Amino acid sequence: MADILGAEVDEEGFLVDLKDWTKEIAVEMAKGDDIDLSEEHWDVINFLRDYFEEYQIAPAVRVLTKAIGKQFGKEKGNSKYLYSLFPYGPGKQGCRFAGLPKPTGCI
Amino acid sequence: MAIKKFMYLNRRAPYGTVYALESLEVVLIAAAFDQDVSLAFMDDGVYQLVEGQKTDGIGMKNFSKTFHALGDYDINQFFVSAESLEERGLSVDDLMPLVWEDEDDDWAEKPSIKVVPNAELTKIMSEQDVCLSF
Repeated sequence: MADILGAEVDEEGFLVDLKDWTKEIAVEMAKGDDIDLSEEHWDVINFLRDYFEEYQIAPAVRVLTKAIGKQFGKEKGNSKYLYSLFPYGPGKQGCRFAGLPKPTGCI
Repeated sequence: MAIKKFMYLNRRAPYGTVYALESLEVVLIAAAFDQDVSLAFMDDGVYQLVEGQKTDGIGMKNFSKTFHALGDYDINQFFVSAESLEERGLSVDDLMPLVWEDEDDDWAEKPSIKVVPNAELTKIMSEQDVCLSF
């Protein structure tokens, strides 16, 4: 099994145990994808973690888009913005950095 | 693609078997396809909506929290059998206060749960294109 900073990850790079998550792990995962995490990335990552804590699921992309727009301003509530932060998909890549499981229904 | 009416019928207790959790997973996947989705709860299925579930002792995920997210997925029709509630000594006050935001009414929060007698539930079921039972 592969690991990131000692935390076990599955074949797609998602954390096996969500409790293992740390900010350092997120930074390390992003580095592996050639991404330097900015404040805007953290806004989304923290949002995803809060959402998961509250609802026990990762949000679908359209739900995420709408909620981000509501919380951080309309200019950010679109998939173009979210994909500019997470080129492999805000759901898939964002959730991975946030230490969440792969979103349900995400291919 | 024509929009079809999908109903997910939940008749089993939330824990002990995987039916309730699987039903919810299917509902979430189906929500991505912009269909007309409703949920029905009868028999022990009504326990899935009971407020204040604690699963620490059985080592299972408390997925009841996920029902609160469904309004954002445009799933806001939760039909609950009045008879099933009554047989178990429950009322709508024992259920989670699930709401959805109505975009056409200035995002007003509206209740998602509707308690209906079985006769009405039968009628609603007969109007569906697809009814999946869990």
